[in-house]
Amino acid sequence: MSQTETMILNMGPQHPSTHGVLRLILELDGERVVSARPDIGFLHSGIEKTGEHRTYRQVLPYTDRMDYVSAMTHNLGYVLAVEKLLGIEVPLRTQYIRVIMAELSRIASHLIGIGSAALDLSGVSGVILMYCFWEREQVLNLFEAASGQRMSPSYFRIGGLMADLPEGWVEQARAFIAEFPKRVDDIEKILTHNPIMLDRTVGIGVLSPEDAIAYGITGPSLRGSGVRYDVRKAMPYSGYDRFDFEVPVGKNGDVYDRYRVRVAELRQSTHIIQQALDDLPDGPINVADRKVVLPPRDELNTSAEALIHQFKLITEGLHPPAGQVFMSVEASKGELGYYLVSDEGPRPYRFRVRTPSFAAVQVLPKLIQGGLLADVVAVIGSLDLVMGEVDR
Amino acid sequence: MTEPTPAAEAVRQAFPEAVVEEQSFRDETTLVVRLQALVDVARFLRDDPALAFTMLKDCCGLDGLLLGQAPRFAVVYQLYSMKHNRSLRLMVRADEGQAVPSVVPVWPGAAWYEREAYDMFGIPFEGHPDLRRILTPEGFEGHPLRKDFPLGDVPVDHGVPPRGE
Repeated sequence: MSQTETMILNMGPQHPSTHGVLRLILELDGERVVSARPDIGFLHSGIEKTGEHRTYRQVLPYTDRMDYVSAMTHNLGYVLAVEKLLGIEVPLRTQYIRVIMAELSRIASHLIGIGSAALDLSGVSGVILMYCFWEREQVLNLFEAASGQRMSPSYFRIGGLMADLPEGWVEQARAFIAEFPKRVDDIEKILTHNPIMLDRTVGIGVLSPEDAIAYGITGPSLRGSGVRYDVRKAMPYSGYDRFDFEVPVGKNGDVYDRYRVRVAELRQSTHIIQQALDDLPDGPINVADRKVVLPPRDELNTSAEALIHQFKLITEGLHPPAGQVFMSVEASKGELGYYLVSDEGPRPYRFRVRTPSFAAVQVLPKLIQGGLLADVVAVIGSLDLVMGEVDR
Repeated sequence: MTEPTPAAEAVRQAFPEAVVEEQSFRDETTLVVRLQALVDVARFLRDDPALAFTMLKDCCGLDGLLLGQAPRFAVVYQLYSMKHNRSLRLMVRADEGQAVPSVVPVWPGAAWYEREAYDMFGIPFEGHPDLRRILTPEGFEGHPLRKDFPLGDVPVDHGVPPRGE
């Protein structure tokens, strides 16, 4: 009589392939994963609680710090939610600039997703990570030129932008966009038909479309399973309906298809930025409502009214009407939703963030149970988790 | 008065007793339903082909203490129908300690969201397969997102001995 005993393996929270501080409690039968239990909360910093104690304008920098890999999309979701609460729409130029920044952010985030996933799969493709980081560097330079910050820009403001694009920025962005598709080709040359890559990813971590929808999986992970759902198409915001782009989908819902979707999205984002740069309209960047946006600095010297508005906005903040809104944007990792409840006060009564990574960690055990231990890292990499966003 | 949206109308017809309140703000509909009817309404919203709210995007708690709401807590469900590209917000209200029926049998993804609402607000969910704290450390006392929970100055035992000594 032989009896097999399973072994409990604690993976993380300090493990290079968990992309932060994800802890997995794995039950193993030899190399096979019998069951998996994710343990989260290591990065919990109470952002929702803090948000309810800050004015609407003060909450913005906290949104950068949830998905620190793609902060602009978090900024966008938050400012759009507050603008929806206020019932205002920003000028067209601002909408275009926001689209450009959000898509650049998506490129920067997907590059990390692809690069670090490739590094997890095999140590030798560390070179991919360097290629990806080099391109990401160009994007961060663009962010720095526009906002002064690389990782946590807080460039979008409620009712507009921090500042207009500096001189020469558009040319710099054009130069990047012209070069970038070739760099994507380079990455694809190494990865897409690489036998090691195919061995490690095809048929691994399959997520069925039914499960994906039932668990609220969104973004490239949902589209990898063949569901053509993208918030930018389903509920266009910030003028996305003005741009021509495709929503790439996969077929099998495995690690490989999720990778292919991300690569295809790099090209689509480039295409969107190209159109936005070509048609970038002139005009103001902020809404005219002085109860929302600070008056220009030079007006303060001559206008008492401007001074009053400045004083009221800084000391008190905005007063949106009572109500509740849920605003979704397509962040790089999936659908990002901000749920705000206002009681007419200057602070959100309830500040809630629905993040795509939270849903993805929940479905993770389904994808790795029954598979090999070595595939766990491949699956984690393919879901592109950011723990700051999971734990908030 | 705004015209009732089809989803809200359908729920009203199928469950005349269930709907407590309907709110409309910025083209978003919120349907407040009775606690006892929640799972039935949820199943109806998911399974009726004319509605097909197959995706639960989010579920979170809400503490109405400072709003003076009669049952203090609320649980908010953000539903989405991919088939019809439509959203609906469902809400139930519950008193302190009153159990809210779990919607995990309807949307399996609700499991973690309900754990978070339990962790942050202390709302118990009846019929939840694994109701434990999720974000706060083991042995944590209190529910941080309640409006009477202070911001800061709460000592937390992370189970790590202090450095030095």
